[in-house]
Order: sequence, then C-alpha cells, then structure tokens
Amino acid sequence: MDIRVQAEAFDAGAELNRFSAGAEGAGGVVSFTGVVRDLPGGGLTAMEIEHYPGMTEKALTDFAAQAMDRWALSDVLVIHRYGALAPGAQIMMVATAAPHRRAAFEAADYLMDYLKSRAPFWKKEITTEGADWVAAKAQDEADLDRW
Amino acid sequence: MDILYFAWLRERIGVPRERVETGAATVRDLVAELSARDAGYAAAFADLSALRVALDQELSEFDAPLSGVREVAFFPPMTGG
Repeated sequence: MDIRVQAEAFDAGAELNRFSAGAEGAGGVVSFTGVVRDLPGGGLTAMEIEHYPGMTEKALTDFAAQAMDRWALSDVLVIHRYGALAPGAQIMMVATAAPHRRAAFEAADYLMDYLKSRAPFWKKEITTEGADWVAAKAQDEADLDRW
Repeated sequence: MDILYFAWLRERIGVPRERVETGAATVRDLVAELSARDAGYAAAFADLSALRVALDQELSEFDAPLSGVREVAFFPPMTGG
C-alpha cells in the first residue's frame, strides 16, 4: 500500500508504470486520475484544496486497507494533492491491482466514493468573480450506500 | 482540549484552532458552550446538519461523549476526490 498526501504535482503515467511493475500476482490494474475541471466557459483561476493533516493520512490508509481486505487486492496506490491547483491540473489518483479485473474496478470505485465523501478534504473554487467553497452533493453520499 | 476548524467554518470562526478548558460531556454540549460565547460562534454552529465532527481524527457524532478526547475538529461535509 502506498498512500501519499502532498502539495507537489505527480506524474500519473510514471506512477502507474511503477505501481504495475511492483504489483505481484496481479492480472489487472485499474487507475483513476482526478483533474481540476474548469467552469463552463472558463473563469476558474484555481482550485484550493484544504485538508486535515494527520486525519487525512489515517483515513486514506484505513480506506485502502479495507479495499485490500475486501477485494483481496495485490496492491493499492492513493495520491491526493492539497493547495492551490490550476484548471487541468491533476488532483489525485487511485490505482488498484488484483488477480482479476472485476475486483480492481470495484475497489477503485469504492476508494473514489470514500475519498469524495469521507476523506477530510475541502475544495474552494477561486474564480474571476470571487471564491466559493464547493458543496458536497447528495449523490456522493448516496454513492456510499452501494458498498 | 484542542478544537480545530476547517473550510468555511474556519473562515467564519476566524481561527484554525484554539485550546479550550471545558467540562462538556458530549460534542453537543461543547457546541452549546462555544455558541454561547458570541454571535459569530452561534451563527457558525446554527445548523449542525451542515457540519461534521471528528474526535481524535476519527469521524464521530454530535451525541458522542468527550471523555478522554484530546482533539475535536468541526468542518463541513467533505469534498475530496
């Protein structure tokens, strides 16, 4: 398990290659990369991501351990950034390796749902008009019930 | 006990963390104590359904007991990913 919370940018391609090469016994690797989405028509200056140092690392490690156990994964990678990110920048990535594809897909989906609603991150959109905290969506909460 | 605030709650309260001496039995009692301080705190904690709480870095509930807890964090619903 490799869990990282960092301000620095990461190279998703290089991370995925390194992760895949190290995942013993895996028959498949699934990855998801989250990107800062600009507003329709532009106007987003930055996405500021705040987090709770200490709790963030604990929560991500906990979710990854649960996924490892539930889907008998070969390995899990979670990278999540904080700080001010420009539109188009990579925010986070999750990769899961498993003997068979279904487990890798489901575990990645599970991790994303928990990262969205249960990991202590908060997004603030800085636009040319001002700044606004991103509100959590009811759908994100409902997604957790799938697990 | 250390109290931490995040996101819009931090902005509204005006500090990211503070240390308080309290005999509050539950999170809800602690919120009542804080809200009684001034109108700013009262407004920030007016709608608890819009807030979440973590005790010693684990998500918890407003009815949870505070006995033995060292760090309480209040924040809006999380928006990671």
